[in-house]
Amino acid sequence: MSLDARVIRRLILEQSKRAHVGHIGSALAIADIIATVYGDVLEPGSDRFVLSKGHAALALYIALHLTGALSENDLDTYCADATTLGVHPEAHLPGVEFSTGSLGHGLSIGAGCALAGRMRHTDDRVFVLMSDAECNEGSSWEAVMFAAHHRLANLIAIVDCDRQQALGFTRDVLDLSPLAPRWRAFGWDAHEVNGHDTGAMKRAFDSFATGEGAPHVLIANTTFGKGVSFMESQIRWHYLPMSDAEFAAAMAEVDAAQ
Amino acid sequence: MRAAFVDAMLEIAARDDRVVLLTADLGFAVLEPFASRFPLRFFNVGVAEQNMLGLATGLAGSGFIPYAYSIGTFASMRPYEFIRNGAVAHALPVRIVGVGAGFDYGTAGITHHSLEDVALMRVQPGLAVIAPADHDQARSALLATADLPGPVYYRLSKEVRPAIPGLDGRFRIDRVETVREGADVLFVAMGTVAAEAAAACEALSTLRVDAALAVVAAINPPPADDLAVLLARFRNVISVEAHYKNGGLGSLVAEVIADRGIGCRLMRRGAGPEAHDGISGSPGFLITRHGLDSASLVTAALEMSGG
Repeated sequence: MSLDARVIRRLILEQSKRAHVGHIGSALAIADIIATVYGDVLEPGSDRFVLSKGHAALALYIALHLTGALSENDLDTYCADATTLGVHPEAHLPGVEFSTGSLGHGLSIGAGCALAGRMRHTDDRVFVLMSDAECNEGSSWEAVMFAAHHRLANLIAIVDCDRQQALGFTRDVLDLSPLAPRWRAFGWDAHEVNGHDTGAMKRAFDSFATGEGAPHVLIANTTFGKGVSFMESQIRWHYLPMSDAEFAAAMAEVDAAQ
Repeated sequence: MRAAFVDAMLEIAARDDRVVLLTADLGFAVLEPFASRFPLRFFNVGVAEQNMLGLATGLAGSGFIPYAYSIGTFASMRPYEFIRNGAVAHALPVRIVGVGAGFDYGTAGITHHSLEDVALMRVQPGLAVIAPADHDQARSALLATADLPGPVYYRLSKEVRPAIPGLDGRFRIDRVETVREGADVLFVAMGTVAAEAAAACEALSTLRVDAALAVVAAINPPPADDLAVLLARFRNVISVEAHYKNGGLGSLVAEVIADRGIGCRLMRRGAGPEAHDGISGSPGFLITRHGLDSASLVTAALEMSGG
């Protein structure tokens, strides 16, 4: 069973409101991906997960809370003084193996983990959740080339393709299209999926063979701010905290969703 | 010193199957013995230093001990943030191997001259910085630090250079190796230019100046206690390094002098801003151009000691 994405969204809103911080839209965008990966896909103790788009850490913290690694009290320290739950995840936190936050770093770390798994002859998978704008970073493509060359099929990249970045739409800032063909041209097994369809994502992950072969990338088409209509595809929700009225309206929408 | 590296690596890898060697497509006629003996633990990652350090972080986070090899400039600066946010932030046993210290790459020019790598590396908490002065010390240092639990940066010379008299391959982390005693002036040297300082000591002895020489190869953690004891014995101290004057050994020595309130005078000898003026040449030419050759060091010592 995937985690309940509606619960994740409620907690994203509640924690962001309590802490009076932004990055809400990014966390909402990946709520369904995180619900699928943490509820339905990751094998505890063997599979590994790197949140390369570290700025969506709140969604990860909530998954760690819902799967038992973090208590409610832990979660309530999000962005408080002396917390280990900052805007970007720190490896000091149980369940977080690598500190991230600087874009373009996570896929190469994941490739190193996948190479280690290969050298140890394990079937363990390494999942790396990236943002689409992270594909601006040349270092991401260094890792893409390495993983394809070494046929690291145990490496699974997920690109949260919300088509937005910090100052605008990706098509206006640095056009990434067509994204899946670019990954294919670099030797990856690329699939596109609705990043809010947990069943479709689960089926895709289940179909990925992990022996020697092309590494896999799931281009998960998402909506920035998904679930809160006035946040959807609105760049300011990369930055802004919510007012009381905005919080109430957002919670009402999430509660009303099916 | 590159030969010392590969010899030490064969020994280290033979005794520890966690050891992996990565190269960013460099090491022709150097790394082949490792690649042929441990083909499953050798990866040429291509000309991609950032990815090399990211891979190393992932490998070390999975229980391996990766050595990431490139020219010093490319090993230290291109992936600097990957080193900081990866091996350093996670205190992982990644070994960064920068070959071509200072002006070793001679006519290859400024893009290949490692002149600030020590400055950049030694500010990172928990990153050991090792800069051996000759072949035997490089071998000792590599073997002595192979099992450190945290990350290491090795600054290795490309060239085959003379052994430093009196060093005899000694290396200890956190320590300074005094190779020549003296009373009038102290040279404190890092890397293969220690040979120039050693020659300067010889020349000075014929001029009745009694010069001492200490080799600092273990740069970080700073060998502050050893340095303090040593510096307190001299009025005049000259630091010698094929590295910019700011940030390297000279700065380290100045920090110890200031922190401990030591009453000596320090002259820092190192590369100057003219390193960027496009003038190139052999390593020997460049060492002399930046006043690091033995004759320049003799002059410096005489000036400083009023001779």
